[in-house]
Amino acid sequence: MTVIEVSSLRRIYRTRISPWRRGSREVEAVRGIDFAVERGELFGLLGPNGAGKTTTIKMLITLLLPTSGSARVLGHDVVEDPRAVRRRVGYVFGGDRGLYERLSGLDNLRYFAELYGVPAREQKARIAELLELAGLAGREKERVEGYSRGMRQRLHIARGLLHKPEVLFLDEPSIGIDPVGARELRTTVADLRNAGTTVLLTTHYMFEADELCDRIAVIADGRIVAEGTPAELKSRVGEGSVVEVEVFGDAGSVLPALRALSGVRSAVVEERGHSEVIVVRAEPGAEVTQGVLGALDGISLGRVATRQPTLEDAYVELVESA
Amino acid sequence: MSAAPAASIPRVLAVGWWFHLKMLSRSAFNGILQILWPLFFATIAFFLYGIDGDDRTLLYASIGASVMGVWSAVSTSGSGAVQRERWQGTLELLVAAPVPLASVLLPVTTAMATVGLYSMVTTLLWGRLLFGIDVSIEHPWLFAFSVPATVLAIGMLGFLLSVTVVRYRSAWALGNAFELPVWLVSGFLVPISILPDWVRPISWVLAPTWGVRAIRESALGGHPLPDLLLCLLLGTVYLLVGVFAAESILRSARRNASLSLS
Ligand SMILES: Nc1ncnc2c1ncn2[C@@H]1O[C@H](COP(=O)(O)OP(=O)(O)OP(=O)(O)O)[C@@H](O)[C@H]1O
Ligand SMILES: [Mg+2]
Repeated sequence: MTVIEVSSLRRIYRTRISPWRRGSREVEAVRGIDFAVERGELFGLLGPNGAGKTTTIKMLITLLLPTSGSARVLGHDVVEDPRAVRRRVGYVFGGDRGLYERLSGLDNLRYFAELYGVPAREQKARIAELLELAGLAGREKERVEGYSRGMRQRLHIARGLLHKPEVLFLDEPSIGIDPVGARELRTTVADLRNAGTTVLLTTHYMFEADELCDRIAVIADGRIVAEGTPAELKSRVGEGSVVEVEVFGDAGSVLPALRALSGVRSAVVEERGHSEVIVVRAEPGAEVTQGVLGALDGISLGRVATRQPTLEDAYVELVESA
Repeated sequence: MSAAPAASIPRVLAVGWWFHLKMLSRSAFNGILQILWPLFFATIAFFLYGIDGDDRTLLYASIGASVMGVWSAVSTSGSGAVQRERWQGTLELLVAAPVPLASVLLPVTTAMATVGLYSMVTTLLWGRLLFGIDVSIEHPWLFAFSVPATVLAIGMLGFLLSVTVVRYRSAWALGNAFELPVWLVSGFLVPISILPDWVRPISWVLAPTWGVRAIRESALGGHPLPDLLLCLLLGTVYLLVGVFAAESILRSARRNASLSLS
């Protein structure tokens, strides 16, 4: 069964240029996208800042009206029947906003349990269960203003799960969480999926998407530029290997020469801390390391590494060619 | 997995009211204001009328001052509260919940009005303690009804304001802008009979005008019942208008992306 169906979905933001002058500026944040998510799937929406991911999610959870096109969640149209959608979906966003700071974690959960129609008889048990899941048991009576970032994020997740939503929207849930916390979060999300919850996730961490997602759509500048399983996306960049060379000096000037080498698919410069790294992607089966080093003759080099393509490589290539 | 059942609205209202009351009680700043304002209002009233006023005039004035306290609390903090929800990112979560928006907003201002009720009682007490005003009541029963009715009606007026704040990001300033004019026009401090004629119709559609009259007449003697009923009627009208407006305003907020800050 298809749980999320999006077709030709568009959203334009109109903002007044200034309160005094007439006229407005238009931003077309989502430019006609189509995708479908099946029941029980964990679907990733990846894309650079400002690509339109949050806008898409907000249309699906009925916080924003689409400018045109349509979206259905669990068979309910998000424009025609928003309340039916709201009853069945959960929404969690990253960052530390969205909580009542002056009150305790328990107060926050109780309030939202009421708003989401969790029956009074079940609230206590449900909240206790979620506090346990979120690792907040024992600290639920403290005020949220004293919570760490990770605790807040886990409280958010507990809040989003109160009413046992059939579909969960996670907008950058792992932002600002330490590596151990992020790993626990991934386990939680994977468990939810295994228990049958459909999940739509956005993240900027490619390994996270690679580990979790069944299917991914890459969105850039309001359009979906690729869609498929992580493996399919990786194979799009070709089976070719990736050569990374740390350089000191003018890296940009050698790029044309590198791109001219036979077997080279693309060559770009990436900033990594204080140094620059040239990333050369080879055609499938091509061996380019010798050629690349030859072309860099005369430039002072640091570390040289060869590896197989990752989801991040696929992502960067897809987004840059978009 | 099943869909969450529809929440019961009375429960949502009651839990929300308690939740917001708890939150208000946690702010030291609010607490201090709630103690200082009544004192401040009672003092103004005393100096306005105190010089040549008899005891009954002083009671008249301190009732006005105490209702003023309720309105000040509701108008400024009531609309500010919704703006704070937007600012802290909870407004979107409230909207994303399956309950009607009105049932989420109503408790915000009624909680505020409840705090105002406290300020009302303390203003009268201050008047009694500081200035020795005689606070004996002519119609205790009607007084006991008029006070909560006025507080509720003021809460409903605040609710109408807060509904507009959902739609217009800068509307929270409306609360502050309305604070003073409503003081004047509702006759909290000076009788509305001394205001220009064109102001009268505005006074008539403001529930606090009738509320404060009902309280005064039940305290000082007169016929408070018609005033009380008008106050309740107007409060109900505000409620209905707010509830109906909330849904269409929400739609407009979804179209105009005014639920969040970004
Ligand atoms: N309320 C708004 N008013 C006007 N423009 C907006 C609004 N919200 C978003 N935008 C614009 O719409 C575009 C898409 O924004 P969106 O938040 O959907 O991106 P995103 O993919 O979630 O980005 P990020 O990864 O940074 O979260 C951006 O250009 C943004 O500036
Ligand atoms: Mg975003």
